[in-house]
Amino acid sequence: MSSKHTITVTVNGKSYERLVEARVTLADFLRNELDLTGTHLGCEHGVCGACTILLNGEAVRSCSLLAVQADGAELLTVEGLARGAELHPLQQAFQDQHALQCGFCTPGFLMTAYAFLKERPKPTETEVREAISGNLCRCTGYLPIVKAILQAAGKTTT
Amino acid sequence: MAKPYIGAPIKRREDIRFITGKGTYADDIKLPGMLHAAILRSPRAHARIRSIDTAQARAIPGVVWIFTLKDIGEMAVPVPMRMYKVPGLERYLQPLLARDKVRYMGEPVAVVVAESRYLAEDALDAIEVEYEDLPEVLELRAAMRNEVLVHEENGTNLAAVHEISIGDAARAFEKADYVRREEFRVHRHTGNPMETRGLVANFDVGKRELTAYGMTKLLHYNRQVIASFLKLPEHNLHFIENDIGGGFGIRGELYPEDFLIPFASMRLGRPVKWIEDRREHLMAANHSREVTCELEIAAKKDGTLLALRARIYGNMGAYVRTHGGLVPCSTAALLPGPYRIPNYQCKVHCVITNKTGMGTYRAPGRYESCFFRERMLDMMAADLEIDPVDLRRKNLIQPEEMPYEIGLTRPGTNPTVLDSGNYPSALNRALKEFDYDKLRPLQGRFENGRYHGIGLAYFVKNTGGLEPYEGARVVLRDGPSVTVYLSINVLGQGHETAMAQICADALGVPMDWISVFHGNTDLVPFGWGTFASRGTVMGGSALHLAAQGLKKKILTIAGDHLGAGPAELDLQEGKIYRKGTEAPALDLGKLVALVRHSTMHNQGQPELEETAYFNSNKMTHSYGVHLAHVAVDPETGMVEILKYMVVEDVGRCINPLLVHGQAVGAAVQGIGGTLLEELVYGENGQLLTTTFRDYVLPSSTDVPAIESVVLEEVPSPLNPLGVKGAGEGGMVGTGAALANAVSYALSSLGVEIKELPLSPDKVRALIRRRSAEQAR
Amino acid sequence: MKPAPFEYFAPQAIDEALKLLQKYGEEAKVLAGGQSLMPLLSLRLARPAVIIDINRLRDLAFIRSEPDGGLRIGALARQRAVERSGQVATQCPLIAAAMPLIGHFQIRNRGTIGGSLAHADPAAELPAVSLTLEAEFVVRSTRGERAIAAKDFFLGYMTTAIEPSELLTEIRIPATRPRVGWAIEEVARRRGDFAMVGVVTLVELNGNDTCQNSRIVVFGAGEKPERVARAERLLCGKRTDEHALAEVAKAVTEDLDPVSDVHASAEYRKEVGGVLTRRALQNAFKRAQKETA
Repeated sequence: MSSKHTITVTVNGKSYERLVEARVTLADFLRNELDLTGTHLGCEHGVCGACTILLNGEAVRSCSLLAVQADGAELLTVEGLARGAELHPLQQAFQDQHALQCGFCTPGFLMTAYAFLKERPKPTETEVREAISGNLCRCTGYLPIVKAILQAAGKTTT
Repeated sequence: MAKPYIGAPIKRREDIRFITGKGTYADDIKLPGMLHAAILRSPRAHARIRSIDTAQARAIPGVVWIFTLKDIGEMAVPVPMRMYKVPGLERYLQPLLARDKVRYMGEPVAVVVAESRYLAEDALDAIEVEYEDLPEVLELRAAMRNEVLVHEENGTNLAAVHEISIGDAARAFEKADYVRREEFRVHRHTGNPMETRGLVANFDVGKRELTAYGMTKLLHYNRQVIASFLKLPEHNLHFIENDIGGGFGIRGELYPEDFLIPFASMRLGRPVKWIEDRREHLMAANHSREVTCELEIAAKKDGTLLALRARIYGNMGAYVRTHGGLVPCSTAALLPGPYRIPNYQCKVHCVITNKTGMGTYRAPGRYESCFFRERMLDMMAADLEIDPVDLRRKNLIQPEEMPYEIGLTRPGTNPTVLDSGNYPSALNRALKEFDYDKLRPLQGRFENGRYHGIGLAYFVKNTGGLEPYEGARVVLRDGPSVTVYLSINVLGQGHETAMAQICADALGVPMDWISVFHGNTDLVPFGWGTFASRGTVMGGSALHLAAQGLKKKILTIAGDHLGAGPAELDLQEGKIYRKGTEAPALDLGKLVALVRHSTMHNQGQPELEETAYFNSNKMTHSYGVHLAHVAVDPETGMVEILKYMVVEDVGRCINPLLVHGQAVGAAVQGIGGTLLEELVYGENGQLLTTTFRDYVLPSSTDVPAIESVVLEEVPSPLNPLGVKGAGEGGMVGTGAALANAVSYALSSLGVEIKELPLSPDKVRALIRRRSAEQAR
Repeated sequence: MKPAPFEYFAPQAIDEALKLLQKYGEEAKVLAGGQSLMPLLSLRLARPAVIIDINRLRDLAFIRSEPDGGLRIGALARQRAVERSGQVATQCPLIAAAMPLIGHFQIRNRGTIGGSLAHADPAAELPAVSLTLEAEFVVRSTRGERAIAAKDFFLGYMTTAIEPSELLTEIRIPATRPRVGWAIEEVARRRGDFAMVGVVTLVELNGNDTCQNSRIVVFGAGEKPERVARAERLLCGKRTDEHALAEVAKAVTEDLDPVSDVHASAEYRKEVGGVLTRRALQNAFKRAQKETA
């Protein structure tokens, strides 16, 4: 039997207290317990990056963490990027550059790019490509995603 | 005249929900009382089932029901074929759950329904199945020896044969100055959309109605089949499309799970969700592409093509699935491509093995045949010492020969007719855009430890009337606003935007008045779906016709009101004008109010709407060229793509943002399939690539900045929009162009690519083999 | 793809962790960064009855320079912290160069040095690098502490000398000697993937640029990272000329006995192991020549 634990997490600025089974992944916890279904599961084994979120300010794969490990942590998910109706510059750039088609991988790319730009606000194209190389997209061919991140970083793109 | 919406790079309206995390994919749907299913799958490739013991699993608290085939009883029909029903294939359909035998690793054996997915998987672990292993057969040639029979009752693994005979190939080969024979092979790989399959079924016991989410692609057809399986009237089923994380052929076809989950919901009277995990996806959802081709070519010594003769073998896996013989048959259908080849003979073999069943993957058969043909042309060019571009130019069908009938190439349908195009012009444009002449001196050159190669491939890609029709309904509402209802589905392409553009132009209203609804069997009573790049060709055309019809209706009413004939009026940007005048004569909002509240207009009917279907059994053909510049490290076999370009004439481009997006995305998928991805079977028929660590998709650092050139030189005469489909052109030529480029790069080492993928291991093996041969 | 049930403990202190390990032994798995263990749990390829999460043992997250120029890295130091560490970059640039080859930055944000070493994936970079550097592994149990030399640490496929009751707490890297050059070369299907084959080399030159000491470690080509002793001996007394390096590379190719898998055949790994040896040695010699005595 899996042990159960009470955890407190802050997600997108809101605090939650929940009783969770130890084996539940952080991704499943966000999706099923907190109804934050913007975080997606593409592989559940740490390769595709669709479940990327920020844990205490750092990009991590929420499928590769247990919910109980996030006790006391501050999380940011895709739902927390926009300020009300005002899109985050990255979100706007993704639309402008047609950087998504089916949209399934998009939250993971946004969160990866968000963490990356915080650390490296003026990246080169090569750095952007490397930064997103741990996220898989099956629709766009990556080029528009690279352009979108450069746009959000304030670089002019064509 | 207002500026048309068609052709403008309008940003997608659907993006907002996706970038804010508010999309609704199958796994995001939660219904009260919902249960979770998990499927027990065979770990064996070929075995007899001695017994299934579920007692321990049933005892786990939270496990609600476990069922096997016998629990389905007389309902247990096999999953039917939808298309390419080549006679013979019907003997190899897949049962909903394994009967006495399992025939591939991943075959569903039992279904667990539990209070959570975690518990359902615990129950899977606790089910005990006793298997008696049987020898397996995985490869074509071994299967054709019939020593191991996958379905003993049929006495053979050769499920069906389809033959094509155009002209007199035998005679052409006798007369030819030049003939060459080669065997080519494309490896097994598949679509892998980022969202796996998923399904939520909710049976309302009181109303005996089933609502299901997740079977997107062919909602109407799927509803019809599932209705007959569940013995319910079709109108009691409501199939609803949620947001979909990519299609690529694999999603939305009927699979056993699409029967099992609604069945479970009906039996339990509770909503049931099943979300496929990636491991299941890789072993149970359709595999594709595995086709071998023995190809012979005949030509005059000046390079004029005379004939093709081919034997094509499709490794269909253990069961024939919904696509029937499509993959190998479609390979055969367009093998002659854009060239004038008067004599063509082909025999297609559908061979059953102990692998996962075969279905379509973006540009099915076209990717394969393009590789076979374009590789052969480059080999022939080298033999005859003709420039490969000149060879193609010499044989391309000329614009004045259009429409060009190739002949009867598909089983049970019309002759294949290339509808329209200027093939030489697209080739010239491609060479110019790529700067081919400037790069050509690099051909085969060794620089800084790597060999350079430049390869090209010409492709044609058919779409349109693969299924006969699509429908659209356009309603003018108060506001005024316009609602569009479509029979097609959307799998992530951006139809909510593109279709609004089509409607805005055809009707003459601002685009932001228009809302687009799709993917619900209750919206439009009949339809097929979105596949093979046909969404805009068929659905867009239906919408265009419906909007035009509604416009006519509006102008008639306006004419009555204004005392003018409808021909004297026009509707632009939502306002009615007398032709030749600048000031609007009537506002559309006023007209809506008139109709709504008076019996004087529109024959007393309050609604202003029009439904139209676009019917066609003909195919449009987009065409174009892929060009690749690669550098190959001969010591490691690593292939780097330095430059890649897709040039495609799509007839007419509704939204360049979306069309370029399709081309670039498809090209990267094709590059992945050509360089990285392979479904590999090992000892005892075990599928070895069951995770994304083993099945390797391309990532951002594996691909160059793909260049896409979209041409609109020759609109299709087969539909009112002139479109030819844009979803697959970026994919078709990738295998061929890269294989040609790598072959050029390594030509001084004597390497000729005849098989894909071009993985470092395989490239090294070719170099090793050649150097061993040369040493001898 | 959901983990099977387990008991979960998140000790706050090392002693508490050691007691749990003593109690549960082989039934338990230590969860550090989780980048290898979590996928194994989700695939149900690992089904421990007990998970001991050591992420709260912050004392084990250190990176320290020793007065003699050596480096001590706590087992719980995140790979990303090591990657960003100025100390590591100056005192052990080989480790700094290897870090970006490990997965992707999201993985390195969580992945720990100790986790990667204890997991001992034969295709992983860190085990090979630690073997090349002749690092020492400190493990603790309720019975005390012991240090294990790298050559005795990796025992086989994903197997190390850590006993079930022991916890890896620290990795000690000896100071770099003068006139030493290093290099790491690998081929992977994609950036960030485990290597199909890789080579880590270290050469120490004498006054006339002749190799007097070398280490050649191949990874991704067997059950565990291995030093190729014959190749190392061959290199001794050699200068960096094409002929000598080709001979060493040939010895590596001949001595490797790798397996085939979905990514590469044994033949490929043998050949390319040699090629990468040559390339790595070229770079290592170049670096060593730049070092002054």
